[in-house]
Amino acid sequence: MFQLSDEGKAFVKKQLARYEQKESAIIPSLYRVQDENGGWVSPEAIDHLSELMDIPASRIQEVMKFYTMFNQRPRGKYHVQVCTTLTCGMLGGRELCSFLMKEHGVKGPGEVSKDGKFSFSHVECLGSCDTAPVMQINREPYHESLTEEKALKILKELK
Amino acid sequence: METKILSEHYHKPEFRALAGYKALGGYEMLAKALKMERQKIIDEVKASGLRGRGGAGFPTGVKWGFLPNNGEPRYLLCNADESEPGTFKDRKMIERAPHQLIEGMIISAYALGARKSYIYMRGEYTGPGRILRQAIDEAYAAGLLGGNILGSGFDLDLDLYMGAGAYICGEETGMISSLEGLKGQPKLKPPFPAVQGYLRKPTIVNNVETLASVVYVLRDGVAGYRAHGTEKSAGTKLFSVSGNVNRPGTYEVPLGYPLKDFIEQECGGLKPGRTLKAVVPGGSSAPVLTADEALRATLDYENLASLGSMLGSGAIIVIDDSNCMVDVLGTVSHFYWHESCGQCTPCREGTGWLHKIVDSILHGRGKPGDVDLLVKVADQMKGRTICALSDAAALPVISFVTKFRDEFEYYIREGRSKVTGKGPTDAQMHH
Repeated sequence: MFQLSDEGKAFVKKQLARYEQKESAIIPSLYRVQDENGGWVSPEAIDHLSELMDIPASRIQEVMKFYTMFNQRPRGKYHVQVCTTLTCGMLGGRELCSFLMKEHGVKGPGEVSKDGKFSFSHVECLGSCDTAPVMQINREPYHESLTEEKALKILKELK
Repeated sequence: METKILSEHYHKPEFRALAGYKALGGYEMLAKALKMERQKIIDEVKASGLRGRGGAGFPTGVKWGFLPNNGEPRYLLCNADESEPGTFKDRKMIERAPHQLIEGMIISAYALGARKSYIYMRGEYTGPGRILRQAIDEAYAAGLLGGNILGSGFDLDLDLYMGAGAYICGEETGMISSLEGLKGQPKLKPPFPAVQGYLRKPTIVNNVETLASVVYVLRDGVAGYRAHGTEKSAGTKLFSVSGNVNRPGTYEVPLGYPLKDFIEQECGGLKPGRTLKAVVPGGSSAPVLTADEALRATLDYENLASLGSMLGSGAIIVIDDSNCMVDVLGTVSHFYWHESCGQCTPCREGTGWLHKIVDSILHGRGKPGDVDLLVKVADQMKGRTICALSDAAALPVISFVTKFRDEFEYYIREGRSKVTGKGPTDAQMHH
């Protein structure tokens, strides 16, 4: 059964008091849950949050499902999100994502590599078009001006 | 030539921190503003001709004038949900000069009588978010935010709210829904946010660059601000340039600047041996311009509208002759299909159809008549929905297939690209 850490629970309580209405705390709290649950929001995690926040699970679930950055299924320890829209699409984003998936023995977006370390997805414009193609790993700052070699090296260095 | 008003000090690393920003004149306009009559600030912004820099280009002072004078609490929200494909200028601004935005927000909140303000930033912007958070903390510690700012008696709380990945939250009512803890779905207007916005209270939503520009309207005065740009498109603007140019990046030029000069001088021209095929002048929602149209365009609201396109967010995507326009439209139609919030049928279904038809052409399964079908579907999506996303998805499609019709017809007939000679690649199949 998923439970937030004590610090996680304190974080959620703080968010509940931070905004004019408590529902505004849903997004920040979902991020916390996702971070503590290995990168995805499980149904149990939503029930836990619902109880903690005193907000119906269905309300939390509909918010979770609306936003791309919340993962509804387990993903790799490192979720590699490659931008493929417009400029990144023109300058090799889709090819880069295919290359990285192949290198890690993954057939398509969403699948987790056998060692559990990586999953990949195409994402829409990340807002870094002058340094296309770009990728974001988990919720960290972007990796920019990528080549196949450069991106592969970045992933190899992740423990 | 670039005209650096906002971006004068962006190359100086010290401009990012409070001490460096103040040393270069930062927060002097705040001190001045807090001694001014509120209405005087609103009047100056109105007279300056400043227009919203997020995409719609609505006159900022006029928008501010819609706030009712009824003593109700009101909110100022900054739209930092920069998501229009091709756009990254707000990110650059926040990374290089977060206090410029904060100063602009405090002045604007004071003028509008707002005591609570949020910056809504797209969730992916972790890097700029950290920089902004640090700057907000610095401003609080220095008494620039919180109670009795600079001894003026004016109080303002400012908080940063991170979204979680949804283009539609850049639409102002979608953003308000998201901030309220709902799905980020737009709301019917009227009532406009100025009358009933966040928590059904009067709310002004302005873009990052718009709010920062308020500082320079006060600094340079109405005549000084209007010294740049054209009569109807006043001032300078930050442009995000990407695609097939030698020097992509963010550049500040006066509105009305010739696009041809911009590409050749600021952006360093095209790669050797390449010729210009097309330009998307205002983010992916702006109808594409052919090379001929682009070479006679000027970067202002009126000229681009007269060419059937728009200045939008000032995101310029330069496309050379190595690109297949069917493929380029493929990623754009995928984008709108993915980002439609699903609330209105013409948009939810229409974006799906546009994506499916373009995708089937790209997979070599195009049928005769698909080009006309794309136009027909797109036509039915215009002006029938709560927000502008449906139109934003439809208009580029119509412009691509009518201006580059031969490339689409060829792909349908031959099952491969007229430009690259290739059929669907593995990478496209995964997309």
